[in-house]
Amino acid sequence: MPRISDAAILGYGCYVPRYRIKGYEMAKLWGKSTSELPVKEKAVAGFDEDTVTMSIEAARHAINRAGVDPSKISAVHVGTESKPYAVKPSGTIVAEVLGLSRKTTSADFEFACKAGTEAVQMVTALVEAGRIEYGLAIGADTAQGRPGDALEFTAASGAAAFVIGKNSRDCIAKFEYATSYVSDTPDFWRRSYERYPMHGSRFTGEPAYFHHTISAVSTIMGENGFSVNDIDYFVFHQPNVKFPLAVAKVLSIPLEKVKPAIVADQIGNTYAACSMIGLVKVLDRAEPGQRILFTSYGSGAGSDSFLLVTCEGLERRRNLAPTFDEMVSRRKEIDYSTYLKFREKIRV
Amino acid sequence: MSKPASYWRLRPFVYRLEGSRCVKCGHFHPLVRKVCRRCGSKNLERDRLPATGILRHFTVVSQAQQGMEKNTPFIVAWVEMDDGSKVVAQMTDCEPEDLKPAMKVETVVRKIKVDGESRLIFYGIKFRPSA
Ligand SMILES: [Zn+2]
Repeated sequence: MPRISDAAILGYGCYVPRYRIKGYEMAKLWGKSTSELPVKEKAVAGFDEDTVTMSIEAARHAINRAGVDPSKISAVHVGTESKPYAVKPSGTIVAEVLGLSRKTTSADFEFACKAGTEAVQMVTALVEAGRIEYGLAIGADTAQGRPGDALEFTAASGAAAFVIGKNSRDCIAKFEYATSYVSDTPDFWRRSYERYPMHGSRFTGEPAYFHHTISAVSTIMGENGFSVNDIDYFVFHQPNVKFPLAVAKVLSIPLEKVKPAIVADQIGNTYAACSMIGLVKVLDRAEPGQRILFTSYGSGAGSDSFLLVTCEGLERRRNLAPTFDEMVSRRKEIDYSTYLKFREKIRV
Repeated sequence: MSKPASYWRLRPFVYRLEGSRCVKCGHFHPLVRKVCRRCGSKNLERDRLPATGILRHFTVVSQAQQGMEKNTPFIVAWVEMDDGSKVVAQMTDCEPEDLKPAMKVETVVRKIKVDGESRLIFYGIKFRPSA
């Protein structure tokens, strides 16, 4: 029974870099149709940003909301598929910059777009077991799409972080339950030394995203005896805008319970950060006492699903750091050549 | 600062703006110092600069030193921190035309450069316009 009895979000934060490239700009260049773009535009990290710097920014916001002394945080797990180093942890750099405890457990997690919620699984378990007082679970990516590939329209940059500790009246949201559902499914992969991932094109839908997302959601609802009526918000991974809305249709979830978590239309698919930023956007709006079902999806493949209930501390803590909407409002549009320079796609 | 050891020693200042402040005259020194450079006092304690300040001067660099060639053009700023200390660092998340003297800026940690041979990434403080 994967019930979570004593772990809560004490602080949350997201980071979205200020640069945007329009889907239209990419479609025009590659002679593709501009009428049905998977997202309007995507967020692009600047030339001096990477998974580490974005993790730092998101974590700073989460720590500010939690009001926790950074030296008491003793776990940092970063989930990402765009580690700046093949060998050298991202978490230790994040910990050093933020002034966290040296007595910290840290590792980078890899599970495509589900790596961030793997960090959430780990940190909630460490807190519940009493091994740590506070921990940071981070999802961050500077996702790469091969120029001209379908993924290029959506592969975006962003980060989200949660400070997790024990339940209290003044916390932001208590975890109630967690479940995972995985299988060996080759929908998207990248071999060592390859710069860009490969994907199974149409194979990415039915047997991959939909099967795992719907299985995880059905399992967690079934094991708790919940129906759609018991949940106020549903947060899904968003490889595009269409997929999460299609899940809602299959499960007969009213759109008003899904749309508050949609972020891909404004920033694209931020991979390991994607569903976590969706949860941030919901926490920006939710009221205390509401139940959220939060489900990631990672290729390869699997979903983590969590039930959370918001608490009294949410309304007070919300204003202690920038919201998703405030993050997104810092916006500078760039053209394709600037995008190539920023993301180091020019090799000479 | 292109050798791992020297970069490693600079971490407290370049990551967190930590250094030593003279208890007698208030002067701030990056990193650990035993004697105050301004008044000679030996009474210094560990302190951290504030994360915000005022932009005093800036210049646009288009001919960069080794390891930073791919970053051009970039902006170097002279900032008066809220405690009066002066810090010189790059500006980010802005264009030169966005900048006005006396505007408020805040610190952020970004990639400063990548060592040509070792590919080691040097992270450190930059400034950006305050939100
Ligand atoms: Zn002195």
